[in-house]
Amino acid sequence: MLDSKVPAGPLAEKWSKHKFEMKLVNPANKRKFTIIVVGTGLAGASAAASLAELGYNVKTFCYQDSPRRAHSIAAQGGINAAKDYQNDGDSVFRLFYDTIKGGDYRAREANVYRLAEVSTNIIDQCVAQGVPFAREYGGLLDNRSFGGAQVSRTFYARGQTGQQLLLGAYSALNRQIQKGKVQSYTRHEMLDLVKVDGQARGIITRDMVTGKIEAHEGHAVLLCTGGYGNVFFLSTNAMGCNITAAWRAHKRGAFFANPCYTQIHPTCIPVTGDHQSKLTLMSESLRNDGRVWVPKTTELAAKLRKGELKAADIKEDDRDYFLERKYPSFGNLVPRDVASRNAKEAVDDGRGVGKSGVAVFLDFADAIQRLGEDTVRAKYGNLFDMYYQITDENPYKQPMRIYPAVHYTMGGVWVDYNLMTTVPGLYALGECNFSDHGANRLGASALMQGLSDGYFVIPYTVGDYLAKLGNFNPVDKNHPAFEQTRQEVEQKINALLALKGEKTVDDIHKELGHIMWEYCGMARTAEGLTKAKGLIQELKKEFWSNVKVLGENEELNMSLEKAGRVADFIELGELMVDDALNRRESCGGHFRLESQTEEGEALRIDEEFTYVSAWEYTGDDQPEVLHKEELVFENVKLTQRSYK
Amino acid sequence: MSSKSKPVLSSSIGKKLIMSLTGLFLCTFLVIHLIGNLQLFKSDDGYAFNNYAYFMTHFTPIKVVSYLLYASIIIHAVYAIVLTMNNRKARPIGYKQYDGQSNSKWNSRNMGILGTIILVFLATHLQNFWWKYHNDQVPYVEYRKDLSTGAITTYELQAADFTEYSVITDNGVEVTKARNLYKQVDFAFQNIGLVALYVIAMAALAFHLIHGFGSAFQTIGFNHKKYVPIIRFLGVWIFGIIIPIAFALMPLYFYFIK
Amino acid sequence: MSAHMNLTLKVWRQKNDKSKGQFVTIQANDIADDMSFLEMLDIVNDDLTRKGEDPIYFDHDCREGICGMCSLVINGRPHGPKYGITTCQLHMRSFHDGQTIVIEPWRAAAFPVLKDLAVDRTSFDRIQQAGGYVNVNTGGAQDANNILIPKRIADEAFESATCIGCGACVAACKNASAMLFVSAKISQFALLPQGQTERYERAQAMVDQMDAEGFGNCTNTGACEAECPKGIKLTNIARMNREYLTAKFFREEDIHN
Repeated sequence: MLDSKVPAGPLAEKWSKHKFEMKLVNPANKRKFTIIVVGTGLAGASAAASLAELGYNVKTFCYQDSPRRAHSIAAQGGINAAKDYQNDGDSVFRLFYDTIKGGDYRAREANVYRLAEVSTNIIDQCVAQGVPFAREYGGLLDNRSFGGAQVSRTFYARGQTGQQLLLGAYSALNRQIQKGKVQSYTRHEMLDLVKVDGQARGIITRDMVTGKIEAHEGHAVLLCTGGYGNVFFLSTNAMGCNITAAWRAHKRGAFFANPCYTQIHPTCIPVTGDHQSKLTLMSESLRNDGRVWVPKTTELAAKLRKGELKAADIKEDDRDYFLERKYPSFGNLVPRDVASRNAKEAVDDGRGVGKSGVAVFLDFADAIQRLGEDTVRAKYGNLFDMYYQITDENPYKQPMRIYPAVHYTMGGVWVDYNLMTTVPGLYALGECNFSDHGANRLGASALMQGLSDGYFVIPYTVGDYLAKLGNFNPVDKNHPAFEQTRQEVEQKINALLALKGEKTVDDIHKELGHIMWEYCGMARTAEGLTKAKGLIQELKKEFWSNVKVLGENEELNMSLEKAGRVADFIELGELMVDDALNRRESCGGHFRLESQTEEGEALRIDEEFTYVSAWEYTGDDQPEVLHKEELVFENVKLTQRSYK
Repeated sequence: MSSKSKPVLSSSIGKKLIMSLTGLFLCTFLVIHLIGNLQLFKSDDGYAFNNYAYFMTHFTPIKVVSYLLYASIIIHAVYAIVLTMNNRKARPIGYKQYDGQSNSKWNSRNMGILGTIILVFLATHLQNFWWKYHNDQVPYVEYRKDLSTGAITTYELQAADFTEYSVITDNGVEVTKARNLYKQVDFAFQNIGLVALYVIAMAALAFHLIHGFGSAFQTIGFNHKKYVPIIRFLGVWIFGIIIPIAFALMPLYFYFIK
Repeated sequence: MSAHMNLTLKVWRQKNDKSKGQFVTIQANDIADDMSFLEMLDIVNDDLTRKGEDPIYFDHDCREGICGMCSLVINGRPHGPKYGITTCQLHMRSFHDGQTIVIEPWRAAAFPVLKDLAVDRTSFDRIQQAGGYVNVNTGGAQDANNILIPKRIADEAFESATCIGCGACVAACKNASAMLFVSAKISQFALLPQGQTERYERAQAMVDQMDAEGFGNCTNTGACEAECPKGIKLTNIARMNREYLTAKFFREEDIHN
């Protein structure tokens, strides 16, 4: 049985009480401990900096050429915090409640409450670091309402909040690098976890420039490696985002939780062709003023697709503003999962627009008429420019075309309240873990969670572990486990390099993406998922027999890097399908067609599925074993989400 | 962060500061030089100009400033070479294709070439006038100025009749004996080659200063949205256009008109 | 709707940092104009891989113009022929059928080539490590609204802070100077109240590190500003100069022990 280690007591006191009860490491002893941090995004950089400040020795690893390039940098919209600066009735409990509800009651109450509680500290911390948040004329911090929240609690730095927060964390990290407390390894990829006597004691990395396989030892390992959206090949993730570090840790005993919870973001630029390498998100703030519509009839849509008609030619009466029609109170601002699903429905209905027919309109004509083009430009200018660059269409003159795209993965490595995985000494932070967003993440919550984990949770909880570990427990570099794991990694690399088939790694990755998107995307059925499982197993066979990996290990080798990652994605894909099959309810981003209300909304089956699915790896080609962590709700009442 | 830091002049910004300050100093000199030399255009057979030349070479404060000036020219050139070598080292392998005109002005990228032209010009210029003036290689002149009418009559002086610059007033007539730099100017500018060099050099100076004047202010950190337009205006109109044209007119005037 | 084109690429190929490189001519056929430039390279690489040839290594990651990883000097211009975007935001409609495209890595002594078109930009990290931060520990920060920052100051600091650290400024500069990059960070903290305590040490430390990395000297050509995908302004360099010189001439001697 999985123990979430949630402390007893009233919700609001759990964290303070827990902080007191946790053991501390003597300041003089902290320097005897080494902590490995994999990934340098918001979670990784903030954790590494904070731990180094405390006196621990920290080693950070990232595959990019600089810690600053982690994909947190691409987050646009903002970061939530229950500051209630706007006096509009926000509170820690309200942020907690919104997040739990937004996650469709599939997150752990205590974690979410803690997240809301420390959210305010995050803003203070970031401002102290010099993060240039948007300000009002009087010099106070500005807030906006985001993602349909009823209060203005989102702090932002124009459309580049993630960038500014990451640069803040990166600067804190740099300070510790300068002080010699952090050793930063860039262009290094973690390829395995080293366990000694059941505890995480190190990692095996590959220096991507020289190919050198290195063992790094430490008393604790923090996985801050982000999500697995790239299993779909096309996503809003960066090209390099991958599951490899987390997956290899999973294979070493870390349970993987809720892999089927993926977030499909509604406002992305549609796919143009097979050549497409990634999808571009446009901030959800666009839905504040843009109106989503498709033609009422398939005939009109067909004419639009052929170019016989332009959007402007469609009369008002012939347009279906489907979000406004179906959700009069939230309109275009319904949560992401709802907006995405409805766009898919319209397209499946044959009413999609654009050349491919796989898009809906996001129209600013009304906003431009109401506010003037200048005001619209001031609010969304950079997004409109971005759209224009990519599509060569002017969104001031014609409606944008948008379509949902994979954006975030709520699932991830299972962690307890202390963010520790099922492997002692191995932690997972940020998007890499499964913990706080349940089945659907709200806008402006990812940045909050990454920084909460890194700045304000892990410094305490990892200390508790290390204190109990004691300083009489140095890591033995010469333990055979290091050499053995290193050899296993080398064997795997050699196996990949020996593949001299016909297909490129990208070919296989694209095929995997198609399978996942088709059967494990916005709408899922038992039948489709079963089919997908078979297809993935075949694909896996094909990968290991017919893929072509060029070059050698001792060089910058793109095809080797990709091959290792895709091999892991394939295995993860299968687990996602298993998880989606197991969860016969609909919740948040996971929509099972078999489980919907009469109005076609997601229908949860609380009595059966109010649990976290945590999967245990049992061996190659063995079925993974499901463990359940029951979710207990003492402070909120489970209701059907309604945005009517 | 440590407060121990490298000495200012060994830093990139320190070296740039030197370029900036010497450059600006040379700019102010240009203004003075031009104002003085405008006297070449007077039709007084060089009376005013030659007096001015004497004043400029014998008035102690100005002499001090002139040494500063020579030093500035040398430092400006030496630092330019040092910085250019640094810059070369900063990009050991160049681009096969480099589209500079898409992102910057031609003159800003070629300050070294422009500066070299100016330096060559300066050497010729100093040799022709400064050196000759200081080494008794210019003719002599005697001006007799009727103080009541202001009329000036000019006599050539032989070297034997000249001991030193003197101004004597005798019976309402002011007698000035001086080195005739004016004559030397007139003589030198009958050489079309030299005239051409001067005109080319002034064009180079124009482009050098259109970039250099504003650039000097940027280097010392003076970039303010209110004042930068003024600096740009001065840089283009005064230093880029009026001054070089006025200087260029001098050889042209002597060659074509005098 | 989308037109297809055939292109001739002249690409810098270099096995590693120790070997000498050279230009290699590669054909890119049937390229759609709605592809991004990097997608075009993906296709070229796919073809190379199928033929068993080493794909062209280039740095890229987010492909939405924010991570700063992509580089490439394309036909003599960092990030290609358009202004205000990164290479990953460049689309093939900016080129025409039959065109020859020269693709080179960033060229600077401080950015050694690692392989093909990828360069090592850790010098930028070291400059940031020298002082690109506010000395503040996690925890115990005062309430965020206790620090009032006028909107115009916050906006100006933000403009400086948007630098993505791609290095196009260095690549564009005829002197391979990094001053635009360094000045952006110095400016952000010089403007904000949080950065005041170490304002002058920061300027000195970061400029020292910049010089130590072997970047060239700024000659104010403005190429960096023109090619910066994020529109970082030359005023930052002026501010850095001001900060540095003020530090050197007026602030350094304040301390007598």
